[in-house]
Amino acid sequence: MADPTSISCEHLTFSYPGAAELALSDVSLKIPPGQYVGVVGPNGGGKSTLVRLLNGLLTADSGRVQVAGLDPATEPFEVRRLVGVLFQNPDNGLVAPFVEDDVAFGLENLGVERAEMRERVREAIASVGLAGYERREPHTLSGGEKQRVALAGLLAVRPEVLLLDEPTAMLDAAGREEVLSRVRDLAGSRTVLHVTHHLQELFDADRVLVLNGGRLAADTTPLELFSDAELLRENRLVLPTVPKLAADLGLPFCRTPEELAAAVARRSRDGVQAR
Amino acid sequence: MTFARGVGQFYPVESPLHALDPRAKVVATALFVVGLFFVDSAAGFLAAGAVTAALVAASRVPLGAFLGLLRPVLFIVALTFVFQVLFLREGPTLLAWGFIEVHEEGLRLGLVLAARILILVTAAGLLTATTAPVALADGMEDLLSPLKRLRFPAHEVAMMMTIALRFIPTLGEEAEKISRAQAARGADFEGGGLLKRARALVPLLIPLTVGAFRRADELAEAMESRGYRGGVGRVRYRELRFRARDAAALLLTALAVGVAALL
Repeated sequence: MADPTSISCEHLTFSYPGAAELALSDVSLKIPPGQYVGVVGPNGGGKSTLVRLLNGLLTADSGRVQVAGLDPATEPFEVRRLVGVLFQNPDNGLVAPFVEDDVAFGLENLGVERAEMRERVREAIASVGLAGYERREPHTLSGGEKQRVALAGLLAVRPEVLLLDEPTAMLDAAGREEVLSRVRDLAGSRTVLHVTHHLQELFDADRVLVLNGGRLAADTTPLELFSDAELLRENRLVLPTVPKLAADLGLPFCRTPEELAAAVARRSRDGVQAR
Repeated sequence: MTFARGVGQFYPVESPLHALDPRAKVVATALFVVGLFFVDSAAGFLAAGAVTAALVAASRVPLGAFLGLLRPVLFIVALTFVFQVLFLREGPTLLAWGFIEVHEEGLRLGLVLAARILILVTAAGLLTATTAPVALADGMEDLLSPLKRLRFPAHEVAMMMTIALRFIPTLGEEAEKISRAQAARGADFEGGGLLKRARALVPLLIPLTVGAFRRADELAEAMESRGYRGGVGRVRYRELRFRARDAAALLLTALAVGVAALL
């Protein structure tokens, strides 16, 4: 990629027609290629609006957006071949009555040649672990499986940027894990913008953006966000159980129960020695 | 309440009929149905009926599926038959009993109409039973595409068919969920007369419709995000090939229906 920034927003402002308040107000940010960026914040904070501005579903009132060097407001079709969006409800994102036809949908729109289309569809379905599901109908799949079909449909197009708009919000714990592990495995060198309400999904993120009331409240790292109680509280963010317990005990950030146990053991041992 | 997918459904088995190009099958069915209106002799109907029966056998679709298809039209067939027999009073009288009079012409026309409807429905059922819905939609798009010049939205119509097929089961599940939720609140979908039952459906239909609009909104977003911009520059995943056997099938259908009409 020649362009050193994958996504850039300059003084982005947007309000929905008829709404008194701004959905996004003066948001500026730059994301280099290959970065995994989490986006968190309370409902109505502007997270989904940001996603929709990045692929031209919405057009900013003022300010500039650039994705992979293109402006989604003026060249939405060009941007959409480089940007894949995974939405919240997999039931309403699948278009075709069969899995393979749905995975092919994006390629059909791009006019990819048929032989290559078959190859890419086969590859994409296998890459999300659904080989053998080609002729299944979407309504016979579990939520996690549907979301993986949607993911395969995006990957078949080979986008440079993945936008994940709360893709796990409607899934159970098992479905959430199966979708996220595929995203992690398959993201590769792509830029990922991951909107979520679950902070534990962002443990491995390179960076976290906090959007609240349409403003960029923080642009930080997961570790800093998790240890900033004030910032968490202001933006109504809830730490996952283990880091929360660690914080309550005055311990440094722990991601797994094992880390927490080790930290507790270390402190009690140090404590015993100090006494 | 159950939402079966209904009769006239696709039967995914392997048969010579399944293997035909959907466009050939649509045109052949249309030819056959139109031709049927020119058939008016007993020999003609026997021929058309025999051809249909042979095709049903060749399709390897269980006979029960066709009987299921015919059941709802039997009432119409019976009604048409009775009307013709009782009220068409032409030709020699065959039977006179009080105010009931059966004339030869009435009986003949009654039989003709009954045979026509039964063969017609079976032929249409053959098309849907042997053609995958997606292939049917693709075939219709191709057949209607000459009308694009007259601004007929052929691609859009086919896309609508595809989306409808995709969402019928999803909406069915939702309807079932809503009706269970309403039943839990004391709604009664079964009891009462026709009017009462129709009114009981209102609390089912309103949330279902509202939900369908919400889905449509999200689906449109997803489609646009995946680069959909109508039929322009689009390449279809499935390829339709019109082979020699499709031409042969068309020719044979035309021949069969022509002979039946002349008999």
